[in-house]
Amino acid sequence: MEILRYAIYRFGTMLLTLLVVSVMVFAIINLPPGDYLSNQIAELRASGQSAGVAKAEFLRTEYSLDRPLYQQYLIWVGFMPGPHGFSGLIQGNYGWSFEFDQPVADIVGDTLWLTVLVNLAAVLFVYLVALPLGVIAAARSRTWVDYTSAFVGYLGLATPNFLLALILFYYGHKYFDLPIGGLMDPIYEGEPMSVDKVKSILIHLIVPTFVIGTSGAAAMMQRLRANLLDELGKPYVETAVAKGMAPARMLTKYPLRMAFNPFVADIGNLLPSMVSGSVLVSVVLGLQTIGPTLLTALKTQDLFLSAFVLMFVALLTLIGTMISDVLLVLLDPRIRYEGRET
Amino acid sequence: MRPLLSVDNLSIGFGTGTPVVSNVSFEVQPGETLALVGESGSGKTVTCRSVLRILPRAARIRSGTIRLNGSNGSKELTSLSERQMRNVRGNAISMIFQEPMHSLSPLHRIGNQISEVLWLHGRMREPAARKIVLECFERVGFPDPERAYDSYPFELSGGMRQRAMIAMAMVAKPDLLIADEPTTALDVTTQAQVLGLMKELQRDTGMAMILVTHDLGVVANMAEQVVVMHKGRVMEAGPAEPLLRSPAHAYTQQLFDAAPAIPAHPQLAPELPQDDLILQMKSVSKTYSMRAGKSWQPETKIHACRGIDFSLQRGKTLAIVGESGSGKTTAARIALGAELPDEGGEVLFRATPQSNPIAVHQMSRAARTAFQREAQMVFQDPYSSLSPRMRILDALCEPLEIHGIGSKSDRRDRAEKMLKLVGLGPDMLLRYPHAFSGGQRQRLSIARSLMLDPSLIVCDEPTSALDVSVQEQILRLLEEIQERENLSYLFISHDLAVVARIADEVAVMRAGLVVEQAPPDTLFYNPKHPYTKALIAAQPEPDIDRPIDLKLVASGAGSPSSWPEDFRFSDSMIPSLVQVEPGHKVRCHV
Repeated sequence: MEILRYAIYRFGTMLLTLLVVSVMVFAIINLPPGDYLSNQIAELRASGQSAGVAKAEFLRTEYSLDRPLYQQYLIWVGFMPGPHGFSGLIQGNYGWSFEFDQPVADIVGDTLWLTVLVNLAAVLFVYLVALPLGVIAAARSRTWVDYTSAFVGYLGLATPNFLLALILFYYGHKYFDLPIGGLMDPIYEGEPMSVDKVKSILIHLIVPTFVIGTSGAAAMMQRLRANLLDELGKPYVETAVAKGMAPARMLTKYPLRMAFNPFVADIGNLLPSMVSGSVLVSVVLGLQTIGPTLLTALKTQDLFLSAFVLMFVALLTLIGTMISDVLLVLLDPRIRYEGRET
Repeated sequence: MRPLLSVDNLSIGFGTGTPVVSNVSFEVQPGETLALVGESGSGKTVTCRSVLRILPRAARIRSGTIRLNGSNGSKELTSLSERQMRNVRGNAISMIFQEPMHSLSPLHRIGNQISEVLWLHGRMREPAARKIVLECFERVGFPDPERAYDSYPFELSGGMRQRAMIAMAMVAKPDLLIADEPTTALDVTTQAQVLGLMKELQRDTGMAMILVTHDLGVVANMAEQVVVMHKGRVMEAGPAEPLLRSPAHAYTQQLFDAAPAIPAHPQLAPELPQDDLILQMKSVSKTYSMRAGKSWQPETKIHACRGIDFSLQRGKTLAIVGESGSGKTTAARIALGAELPDEGGEVLFRATPQSNPIAVHQMSRAARTAFQREAQMVFQDPYSSLSPRMRILDALCEPLEIHGIGSKSDRRDRAEKMLKLVGLGPDMLLRYPHAFSGGQRQRLSIARSLMLDPSLIVCDEPTSALDVSVQEQILRLLEEIQERENLSYLFISHDLAVVARIADEVAVMRAGLVVEQAPPDTLFYNPKHPYTKALIAAQPEPDIDRPIDLKLVASGAGSPSSWPEDFRFSDSMIPSLVQVEPGHKVRCHV
C-alpha cells in the first residue's frame, strides 16, 4: 500500500502549500495602496454623499479592514475570531464582494463548477487530440503526415483564441446550428439540473472546448512527438524489434510508455494556464466562468472576491500537480521502487 | 554438411554513398561460433544486423543473399516480407546487444519482457511461458529466478542484466544467436563469467553463434571460425586456430601486434626507488553519506576509498586498476585536489625535487592555481571532453589564458609545438573537434594537458574508448612524451593488459581498498591476492593456448566475504597491507 501512503503524504503537502499560497495571495492583493472601501469613501467624500460614507465605514469594521493586516488575514482564513466569531474560508464563509454588494459565494456560485467543467473538457480535448496525433507524427516522422500535423499544429498555436472563437461561432452556427455564446440556453439559467439542461450545456461546450484546447493540444503534440522520437532511438526499442514484435505493438508497449512521463507531468501545468488563458476567450464567448469575474475583481481591488478566485485557481493547480505526481508514481516503477532491497 | 546460415556477396550502403559493406561472404555451421572481428567502422555491426534486417533507416542491402537453413526449412532472408521476417526475429535468430544497461525497457518487469518472446511467436500463453522463463533464468545463473522475474531492470547489476538479455535470446531456443559486443560494457571478471556462460549454453543447446567483437582475446576464447573485417571488406577468414596462430593477412597481424597482453612469462621485477616522490597520498579515505529517502532513517555511509597510501616516483607511472565502483576514480580526483579526503588524509605534491611539498588536501586559492599548472588530466571520452564549439587553437590556448601566461602569439607558438609533439600538424589549429577521429581527439586532449608544462598528468582510462590499433598509438605517444618531458603519470584503468605495458607500479583496488600493489612484472609473476588472480585469469588473451580460467575468476571475483580466510574482510575488520617481498604488498591477515 505504498501508493496510498504516498497519496496521503502528497495530500498533506498540498494542504501546506495551499496555506502558504493563501498568505501570498492575501499579501499580494494588499500590496497596492488603498482598498476598495477607502477608494470608495474618498470618492463619496469628494462628491459630498455622506450617507454612503457611513455605510462604507460600517463595512470597514464589519469586515475588520481597520485591523492590522495579519489579523485581517487570520480572520479571512478563519484562524481568528472576527466581529462574528470564527467565520472564514475554512468555516465556509468566502467573504463579501464590495463591488457587487453580494456575498462572494453568491457571485461565484455556478461559475465555479462551470469553470471546472470547461477546463476539464479542454484538458480532455488536449490529451485526446495530442496523444494520437503526436504518436502518428513520431512514427511517421519526416513524411507528409508529420509535416501536415506540424503545420496544422502551428496554425493552432499561432491563431489568437478569440479570433478562432468568432470564426467557429459563425461557421458553427451557419452549418451545424450550434448556439452562439454562453454555456447554456438562457432559459435554464438558475434552473435546477435536468436532462435538457445538461444537453444544452454539452452543446454549448463544443466551441469553447475547441477554442481553449487547440493551442495546448498543438504544443502538447509537438512535445510528445519529440519525446517519442528520442525514445525511438534507444537500444531497448531495437531489442523489441529483434524479438520479432510488430511495429504498432512495439511502439505502444515500450517507447510510448516512456514518453508518457512528461505527458502526464503536464497535467499540473495545464489546468492553471487554461484558467488564466481562457479569461479573454470567456469574455468574447460570454462564458459564465470565473475568468471575467477575476478580471473585474482585480481591477476594482475587490479584496475578498479576488482573493477567493485566486485561491480557487491555486487549488486547481495543486490538485492537478498532485494528480500528476500520483500518476507518475503509478506509471514509473523507477520512482516507486527506488531503493527497494534487491 | 549444409551451413545453417550462408551470407553471400553481401553489400550494404547508406543512401547513395559508397557501400559500408562490400562483397562480404561467410558461412555459419550448426552449433559453431563465428567471430566477426574488426575495429570501429569495419562494417561488422551493420553486417550482423543485416541478418535480422534491423538496419538504420537510411541503410539498404544493395546486393547479395542471406540464406538461413533453420529447423523451419530454408529461407532467403533478404527477400522475405516484413511480416515473415518478424517470425524469424527472436524465434529462429535472436540477438544480444552491447548495452545491457539500456537494452531492456526500464518500465516493464524482466519476466514480462522475456516471456514476451514466447507469446509473440504464438508458442504459449503466460502461465506456461512463465515456467519456461523461470527454468531459463535458473540456467543463466539467477540465484532467485522467481524474484528476478518480478523485478525491474534498474534493480539488477550490469552482469545480471546481460544474463537477462541472454535468457531473452535463448528462451525461444533459436538456431542462431547473434551477439554484438555482448561483454564490452562489462567489468573484466563479469565478462569472463558471461562468456563462460554463453559457451556452456551453446554446448548444451547446440545453437550456432555469431560473435561480433573488437577484442582478439574474446575471439581466442570463444570462436571456431573467424572473419576479420576492415573498412567493409573481409580481410581474412578461416578456422580460428590456424588463423590466430599465424595470421596470413598483414591487417590481422597488425591487429595482433596492437592488442595488449599480459606477458606470458613475467619475471620478478626489482623494487622501485622511493627517493624523489612527486606525489604522496597518506592514509587517504573518502566517505560519502547517502541520504535515505525517508528522513527518519540513518544516512548510509559509502566508503569510496579507505586508507590509501600511494607514492609516485618522479618520471614514473603508477597505475590504479579496478572494476567500476572500486574507488579508483575517487582516488585520482583526490590526488588532483578536485575532492577533499576525509579528516586525517594527506596528499603531498612536489613540483620539483627541491621544492617544498604542497599540501593538496588544504590548499589556499593561490596554491591551488599554482598546483593546477603542475597537475593536469586526460579524460576517458575524447568525444565529450573537447567543446564542439571551440576551435582547436582556442581549446589549446585556454589553459594559458586562464593562467595569464604569454602573449597571443606566444600561446599560438606553444599550441603549434604541442600539436607537433602529439603527432598532428599546425594546419589543424583552426579546425573544430568534429573534424577529428577518436584517436586524434585523444591526441588533442593530451596536447591540451601539456600546454601548461605540467609535471604530473592524471590519465583516466585514456584509451578505453578507442580501437586497439589507436590505443596502441596513444600508449606509445604517452610513453614517448613521458621520456622526453620527464612526466609522471597517475594512470587509471580497468584493463590489466594496458597497465602491463605502461605502468611502473600497479595498485589493484577493490571496494575502496588497495588489495595488492607491486611493479607489474612482479604482480603477474607472483600474484598473491585472490582478486588479483581473478583479474589476471579473466583477462581474455589473444593467445589460443591461454584460455580464461573460470575457476580462478570465480574464486576471486565474488564479494570480499567469499574470499579465502587469509584475505577476507568486512566493514568492521580490515586486514592491513603486508609486504611479502621487496616492493610487493598484499592486503591479508598474517
